[in-house]
Amino acid sequence: MRLSRTSRTVLGTITGIILATIYLPLIVVLINSFSTSKSLTWPPPGLTFAWWGRAFQSAGALDAILTSVQVAVVATIVSLVLGTLISLALQRYKFFGRDTVSLLVILPIALPGIITGIALNNAFRTILGIQLSIFTVIIAHVTFCIVTVFNNVIARLRRMGTSLEEASADLGGGLWTTFRLVTFPQLRSAMLAGGLLAFALSFDEIIVTTFTAGTGVTTLPIWILNNLFRPNQAPIVNVIAVLLVLVSIIPIYVAQRIAGSDVVQK
Amino acid sequence: MTTQSETRGRKGAGHRASVFLYSHVRVRLALLISAPLFWLGLVYIAALVALLVTAFWTVDSFTGEVRTDWTFDNIITVLTGSLYQSVTLRTLGMAVLVTIADIVIALPIAFFMAKVASARWQRILVIAILMPLWASYLVKAYAWRSVLSNDGIFQWIVQPFGGTTPGYGITGAVITLAYLWLPYVILPIYAGLERVPDSLLEASSDLGAGTWRTLRSVVLPLLWPAIVAGSIFSFSLTLGDYITINIVGGANQMLGNLVYTNVGAANNLPLASAIALIPIAIIFVYLAAVRRTGALNSL
Repeated sequence: MRLSRTSRTVLGTITGIILATIYLPLIVVLINSFSTSKSLTWPPPGLTFAWWGRAFQSAGALDAILTSVQVAVVATIVSLVLGTLISLALQRYKFFGRDTVSLLVILPIALPGIITGIALNNAFRTILGIQLSIFTVIIAHVTFCIVTVFNNVIARLRRMGTSLEEASADLGGGLWTTFRLVTFPQLRSAMLAGGLLAFALSFDEIIVTTFTAGTGVTTLPIWILNNLFRPNQAPIVNVIAVLLVLVSIIPIYVAQRIAGSDVVQK
Repeated sequence: MTTQSETRGRKGAGHRASVFLYSHVRVRLALLISAPLFWLGLVYIAALVALLVTAFWTVDSFTGEVRTDWTFDNIITVLTGSLYQSVTLRTLGMAVLVTIADIVIALPIAFFMAKVASARWQRILVIAILMPLWASYLVKAYAWRSVLSNDGIFQWIVQPFGGTTPGYGITGAVITLAYLWLPYVILPIYAGLERVPDSLLEASSDLGAGTWRTLRSVVLPLLWPAIVAGSIFSFSLTLGDYITINIVGGANQMLGNLVYTNVGAANNLPLASAIALIPIAIIFVYLAAVRRTGALNSL
């Protein structure tokens, strides 16, 4: 199939329009963060830097960011370990019930978040009688973060094959030596990509978090939800959102660099 | 001499463990799989089963505590109540609409990214698609509240052409949800298209097929699992949403709202569990239907 110049141009134009639509609301957020109007008037009646100044002094927002980072870091580390283990098991071994296990791994993202949320809420409170806290949030987040690590690592394992590991074993490398010097270096970038996605997913999660967070636990999304409809806070929420998008460029850039260097290696 | 034999002895222990594991595949597998299975089984599956069981319990109307008296009342209420039926249909309809909209939008942009754009542009476009994912979900939904409001930018853009904003309601919610889940649909479809070799497309055109024929008979069958994989995200995420509808949906309710109210304000966990079984059932039917396409491997 050779696309004519016209169809290439049409496709390019459609892509451009879609991208413009994707970024339109984000640009509205950016401009609203400078707006003197506290409601959603368009175009903004005037511009001010006041919200940006106040955002950096908002103790609630900064605490919430810290809590979210803590949850996301722990959830990412645990899901990296569990996700890598289960992808090694599912990709390298054949056993009874393998399909069921792989369905089990993807179930937490295939089922709506509210199901995971209410199921864990019910299990913690009614069945086990545990108080909701930051730990229940982390447990809940790990459950759906495993799958992002799993997807990335198992895709890499499929592409890798086993010949290098066999060569290592033939040369006398034990299982641990082989994993450390042969398997892990090949998996590293896939684990990083999966870990980044897991972090992003955990950092932004609101539905499961609402159901599993104790009263004192305010992650950033919960703080945003609490402040979204307060006239004096909503512009600060806009500032935080703009900051998050700007900061997110770093991990995305790193992930792309790593993916790019993989292509070169291949 | 002693140090040498000590080294050999230590090495021997590790070596023996390695040899043992190498020859005992089952033990190796058990070591790998037990921790994650323990987590998923004990935390997740046990919780889902408990949810199913709770749906058959009752709430003491005096104390508000969950009582373990077995009853079918919650299930019957959910299956026969007109509120639950209409909300289920509305939620299902919205999930289907959002999914179709996302696939229709994702196909051309994913095709452009995978087959037309140069390597450099491809990378830029992937970043451009990924970046909005890092902006908070809530802020994006709120941005649409701003965009769709009566004096928002949507009205501002379409007014000169005689249009009006759809405002807050089902349409606004479908637009916002389709917007929120779009990257999740684009990325699997893009990855799927990347795996379709260019040589197949050339072979198809060498054999006389036109663009549409190639797209229909070569690209679409190869791409189908990826499309289905993307649809699982938008379908499931819409099915469980209750926040976006609050922000841009006016007074309309989705299944998630009913669950949320019964967990929180109404404090009726058994009824909430019974309502939650509806999306579980829908998703399981959906997963069973798409399982044979191999979509679950391209999530």
